[in-house]
Amino acid sequence: MSRISLVAGRIALSLPTIFGVIVISFLLTRALPGDPAAYFAGPTATPESIAEIRHSLGLDRSLPVQFLAYLQDLATGDLGRSISTGQSVLSDLLTRLPASLELTFLALLISLLVAIPAGILAATRPDGIVDQATRFLVTAGVSLPTFFTGLLLLFIFYFKLGWAPSPLGRLDILYLPPPQLTGFYLVDSLLAGDFETFRAALAQLALPAITLALFTMAPIARMTRAAMIAALGSEYIRTARAAGLSRRKVLFVYALRNALLPVVTTLGMVFSFALGANVLVEKVFAWPGIGSYAVDALISSDYAAVQGFVLTMALLFVTLNLLIDILYTLLDPRIAHES
Amino acid sequence: MNDVPLLQIDDLAVTFETRGGKVEAVRNVSFQLKKGEALAIVGESGSGKSVTSYATMRILDRNGTVAGGRITFGGMDLTTASEAAMSDLRGRELSMIFQDPRSALNPIRTVGRQIEDVLLRHSQATRHDMRAKAIEMLRKVKIARPEERYHAYPFELSGGMCQRVVIAIALACDPQLLIADEPTTGLDVTTQKAVMDLADDLRRQSNLSLLLITHDLGLAATYCDRIVVMERGRIVEAAEARTLFAAPRHPYTRRLIAAMPRRSAGLRDLLPPGDTKRAPPTRPAIAAEPLLVVDKLTKTFGPKLGLPGRLFGKSEAPAPAVDRLSFILHRGESLGLVGESGCGKSTTSSMIMRLLDPTAGQIVFHGERIDQIPRARFASSPLRARMQMVFQDHTASLNPRFTARRSIADPILRLGRRRDRRSLDQRVAELAEKVSLPPELLDRFPHQLSGGQKARVGIARAIALSPDLLILDEPTAALDVSVQAVVLNLLADLRAEMGLSYLFISHDLEVVRLLCDRVIVMRAGVMVEEGLTGEVLTHPRADYTRELIDAIPSIEPDSALPNAPVTDDPAAGVPAAPVR
Repeated sequence: MSRISLVAGRIALSLPTIFGVIVISFLLTRALPGDPAAYFAGPTATPESIAEIRHSLGLDRSLPVQFLAYLQDLATGDLGRSISTGQSVLSDLLTRLPASLELTFLALLISLLVAIPAGILAATRPDGIVDQATRFLVTAGVSLPTFFTGLLLLFIFYFKLGWAPSPLGRLDILYLPPPQLTGFYLVDSLLAGDFETFRAALAQLALPAITLALFTMAPIARMTRAAMIAALGSEYIRTARAAGLSRRKVLFVYALRNALLPVVTTLGMVFSFALGANVLVEKVFAWPGIGSYAVDALISSDYAAVQGFVLTMALLFVTLNLLIDILYTLLDPRIAHES
Repeated sequence: MNDVPLLQIDDLAVTFETRGGKVEAVRNVSFQLKKGEALAIVGESGSGKSVTSYATMRILDRNGTVAGGRITFGGMDLTTASEAAMSDLRGRELSMIFQDPRSALNPIRTVGRQIEDVLLRHSQATRHDMRAKAIEMLRKVKIARPEERYHAYPFELSGGMCQRVVIAIALACDPQLLIADEPTTGLDVTTQKAVMDLADDLRRQSNLSLLLITHDLGLAATYCDRIVVMERGRIVEAAEARTLFAAPRHPYTRRLIAAMPRRSAGLRDLLPPGDTKRAPPTRPAIAAEPLLVVDKLTKTFGPKLGLPGRLFGKSEAPAPAVDRLSFILHRGESLGLVGESGCGKSTTSSMIMRLLDPTAGQIVFHGERIDQIPRARFASSPLRARMQMVFQDHTASLNPRFTARRSIADPILRLGRRRDRRSLDQRVAELAEKVSLPPELLDRFPHQLSGGQKARVGIARAIALSPDLLILDEPTAALDVSVQAVVLNLLADLRAEMGLSYLFISHDLEVVRLLCDRVIVMRAGVMVEEGLTGEVLTHPRADYTRELIDAIPSIEPDSALPNAPVTDDPAAGVPAAPVR
């Protein structure tokens, strides 16, 4: 089977997953405690006004009917209106999602740039200094909760040293956000040629991104180390050495490319951990992302917002896993053969 | 031929740093190899033959070091050469090929690129002509359609073709010495012959020296001028090939030669001279009634398609793995099932054990159609206890967390009626004695047992319920010859003692000759020939059977000679590489 039909098949397979997610997000919010009609009507409401609001929200209809209406709304891109912000959920998410994604992507980038070289060095000299240092960093990274690492970094770099700006959102109030193209301040400011804003945005991003990176580094470094050790001990490496290939070539072309396969798989998982950890990091750094948005929505029984959040996350996961699978298919010629 | 040796090893000692302290793997090893000469190092596992060759290439594992001695190659001491100098020599002056060619190649790099890597490294090609030179190398190792195969990944090629690619990598830069470490172990006999003939041809063309590391005396005798025999890290004997087999001097060499299954030897001849069992094993009376009847048994593996495959792929009916196979096995009889990998012999045994559902045909065991019993229910059928299996991989087929005692008792606990502790222990002790497993080993775990001991545990487990039929799937293929000799004799004695019937699956005709009354030769799922073992082996009717017999390397002078015309891999056309 060719790789193209394999990829097409993989995309087709993700459709039922998405449908399942829609069903679950719908049911989940219905099962949550709290009555949104009562919340909406306010403390002075009479039973009649609550019933009226319930009727206007469509909450008095049967579940299947509600579900169909929900599907209809989804098809037109209508995710409902958030009770607490009063905005449409879609626009809320669209303004907040780039903030979360920018943070997550930068954190993953930092963590890849540190973890992969560390994993390789650790594997070439097991129990050497780099290996020990990596092990320390990795253990610290997973065992300290992210909010604690975040607070610790703030204490040192903001409170004590004063190197970092105050942790209040994506940009210091002195700056204007760059014209929106991608929603990523770093990219947008560069596109606008505004290096001043770029520097300011990066300064705000640095601590939360490092906090998140410390957390995601551990699985990547560990997997790189293990996969490299396995690859370096394999028979094709022995053949390559016996053919006199240079150390560089053996390490990077023969061992690393094979070792990256499991690392890519791990990356998918790490990304989902990172999105989960986002919620805490965003709270600590007052980051206007979707994680903090979701927590607020959950506390105020804001269905539509929670639903929208769950759906967005699920779509993100599905897309991401799809991309990872496609990447894997491109990296490993054996995949197309096996199925 | 030049008289100055190309490779000279003096008093080599190699030690390994292990958790239990220093282990001396090789000591006092000295030999020399002249330009153009072919030398074999022969020995059983743990003899240090591979370690010697790795030390020569300086590719020992991190924990291994050359503790003493000199390795001189073309006047240069390799033990003191710098790593950079070694890396220049490897692949250009001395090359190596390995066992298990498929895993010796980088799985995610095309074979063409892998050959180019070596050419570029040693400046034997430039970016402009490397492709042409790589294809030329593929042609030189007789790979059909080299322009297409240049783009193939190792998994798209057969084992024999992978070994040709490994040879192409090794010889790409025209080295002076080729070290071949068990190059054909795990390959079919006909493929082995094709690969070895090819290597031999190329060697003669360019006056290359060959150091062949092997456990197979026959292979060494066929392709080498001189033979060095190693045992437990030492050289016990070194001689011209002819002299060595005609008049072996060292008792170990004598034992090794005696243990080799060969045309002129009976089962008892394989045992070491001190062994008391000399009387030929009695054969149980073969009853007229059939124990197992297999009729037009067919298995076709459906194209494995998941949902995306069904939606987007196109299905094509594959050729049956087993095609209308029919045979009868009588009570007390031993029937050999012989063929090369992919011929359907293991599929057949899996169907008889009801691990696989046949596509068509009947299996009648003890007069009952067992193919009609659902697979899941067969495990609890009383007939299931009447047939047992012994596997090829003795380590993998034992639960690593079970002691030998627990492994042997396993079928009794699952299928037998014996439940109380005392009688169970007694039965296990009896079984251990039957397979000559010392009782003090019963409380050991698999990793604490040797290969031969694990084989005995596997056999004891199989006979625990006194079955009528034993299916033996290459039970000695992974064992050293001396251990194989003992296990084969044990199997023959057990059969006589317990009146067992054997279905003996093997790729090794010599072993089948020793143990089986009748033999079936299979190829590509079809029975090619059936008959009494003696007749089939001496007067084969089918050409394929003759080909198989001729391909067996032998130490006896009347055997087939090498340098028969080299043919391309028999399987060459089969997994046609999808070309991108």
